[in-house]
Amino acid sequence: MADFYESQRAMRSMRKAALQRGVIAVLDVGTSKVACLVLRFDGPDHFKASDGVNAMAGQSAFRIVGAATTRSRGVRFGEIDAMPETERAIRTAVQGAQKMAQIRVDHVIVTISGGAPRSYGLAGQVDVEGGPVSEQDVASCMAACDVPDFGEGREVLHAHPVNFALDHRSGMGDPRGHRGSTLACDMHLLTVDSNTVASVIYCLKRCDLEVAGIASSSYVSGISSLVEDEQELGAACVDLGGGATGLSIFIKKHMIYSDSVRMGGDNITSDIAKGLQVSLATAERLKTLHGGVVATSIDDRDRIALGGAETGDWDRDQRTVSRAELIGIMRPRVEEILEEVRAQLDAAGFDHLPSQQIVLTGGSSQIPGLDHLAPRILGQQVRIGRPLRVSGLPEKATGAAFASAVGLCLFAAHPQDEWWDFEIPADRYPARSLRRAVKWFKDNW
Amino acid sequence: MPEMTPLPRDPAPSRLAYRMQRLALTPGMRRAFVFGLPAASLSLIVALALSDQGRRDAMGLWWQDVKAEIQQREEFMVKLMAIDGASDSIAQDIREVVPLDFPMSSFDLDLAGIQAEVAGLDAVKKADIRIKPGGVLHIQIAERVPALVWRNSDGLELIDATGKRVSALEHRAKRADLPLVTGKAADRAAAEALDLLAAAAPLQKRIRGLVRVGERRWTLVLDRDQRILLPEVDPVSALEQVIAVDEAQELLGRDVVLVDMRRPARPTVRLVPDSAKILRQIKLDELGDD
Repeated sequence: MADFYESQRAMRSMRKAALQRGVIAVLDVGTSKVACLVLRFDGPDHFKASDGVNAMAGQSAFRIVGAATTRSRGVRFGEIDAMPETERAIRTAVQGAQKMAQIRVDHVIVTISGGAPRSYGLAGQVDVEGGPVSEQDVASCMAACDVPDFGEGREVLHAHPVNFALDHRSGMGDPRGHRGSTLACDMHLLTVDSNTVASVIYCLKRCDLEVAGIASSSYVSGISSLVEDEQELGAACVDLGGGATGLSIFIKKHMIYSDSVRMGGDNITSDIAKGLQVSLATAERLKTLHGGVVATSIDDRDRIALGGAETGDWDRDQRTVSRAELIGIMRPRVEEILEEVRAQLDAAGFDHLPSQQIVLTGGSSQIPGLDHLAPRILGQQVRIGRPLRVSGLPEKATGAAFASAVGLCLFAAHPQDEWWDFEIPADRYPARSLRRAVKWFKDNW
Repeated sequence: MPEMTPLPRDPAPSRLAYRMQRLALTPGMRRAFVFGLPAASLSLIVALALSDQGRRDAMGLWWQDVKAEIQQREEFMVKLMAIDGASDSIAQDIREVVPLDFPMSSFDLDLAGIQAEVAGLDAVKKADIRIKPGGVLHIQIAERVPALVWRNSDGLELIDATGKRVSALEHRAKRADLPLVTGKAADRAAAEALDLLAAAAPLQKRIRGLVRVGERRWTLVLDRDQRILLPEVDPVSALEQVIAVDEAQELLGRDVVLVDMRRPARPTVRLVPDSAKILRQIKLDELGDD
């Protein structure tokens, strides 16, 4: 894990360098599409002191100058399956975005939606030796969290300090400078399969791109789709993607839980293809143009021509299907996905949260009638969310399908503090470090 | 065999195309294409065109023709030279040292050189040269005014108040109005000489001239071979002293041959030898002893 900690630090410094240069790309490698956005940062001189320092302060600093989307290839369940194919898809997207921006990008931030994310809650506690809490105390408090055994082949993707408590005061955002005797912190740790991460990094290397950050797709969808109050009061974001459905729970502006269901829009498409005996492309077209999950009586009379082009029997194959039949195929799969999400929310203890808000986003959230179906399974407070509007985003990339791409932009512009952004505790320094010597003197004299 | 629908094709750039596009988008490469390539090709064309000796010569010739055509225009031609503020002889001298055959282009005139030539003449104190509209080379001269006649080993010379030579003089009588100075390096002390002569105005009628002695001090020579030896330092006040004594006691009207003021604190007078003998005889007769 230590080397991943180091590599996360390296990625953070690379991201800083990219922001210094002013150009960075975000890449959403999904199961159904690969989207690339090129961000141009205007630099610190565009900040004004009057803008204030808040969660949204940094967002005006960037502008999307290039955007390209292509059909994803070789990705299954949000994990890279056929690497050369995925590499070609990434090349297509990056080249298109570069061409639009007329800028060459070298640094890229990427999302991972698969890899079976697992959440862990960590708690650590340390005694503060008099005086105000220093950076070192915070560092050693985080170092005191006992890391669970998450097994071989897992890598830490996010490690957010969610909460600090000093003596009896809990819910502190920043304990530095406060006085107290015992400092405790809660940390949220997200791990994914290390092979998934490695294959993504390898693909980007093959495309001559430097990885300046990796983020969980459900986390960044939450950032972009939940409004600020929902993030503060507590809400769950369900990203209904193509191959995987991501789930993240936010409270007090921190993600506290994340999980994913290995089902998504592609399963619906394949259901249609199998059920109506049409090709996947036709099934996809039927799903997006005529699909739905709530059937009404008029849907029985609404006949949809399947088109016989791919059977080769153009003249004879005049099959039609009623819209009610199509809905009848789609609905059980959508219900299954939502029930799986419900089960995971229950497992996470979502019903103990004060707010029960659930926001559906992602490409599959655009199925008509989902806003009637979802409350039956997920509870009353469900809304369909679209990502935040960011400046320069093309109209075609403002839909719910781009929630994680837009979230990545926000993540790049305004990252939350992670474990590796804090100081390294003194006793983890190399043996000959001066700081370690100073600490020894402080402890012993 | 039924017609197959083509499989959906996903065009993707090859690795090479992708890399070439990224290379083309690098700022340095873009600048090289936008500026460097046109500049390089332009300079290559020029270099190739100029590599032929005949073409280079033709271009040089053409350039000379164009230049001459412009320079020989009527508007730039200078037709005559006008000299103002100079006497005829000096004007003649100037025309000799500046031999120009008019008409000629004003581009070919070296005004600074002409000015140096003209100002180099002894009789010329200052020369202003310009080309007036209408093609006239106008030379405005300020002449040196002779203030003294200097007799030196080479003969007689006229010098001005600053001691600069004006011209040679054949006979003293030609400029009898100017005072005479002699002695080596007398010209270098011309200003002092003029001061002394001004102070000696009461003796105007009797002055024969000033002699520079040993390049350091003056002797005023009067008629009847009388001399006034003046000190190196502040000779004017010493001379005024002598004149004051002369006005009070008619010193210079007596049989005095020499008034020595070289040490102003101890003026000395020398009598004519005969007069001195008679004076001594009188003294002996009256006093019986020296």
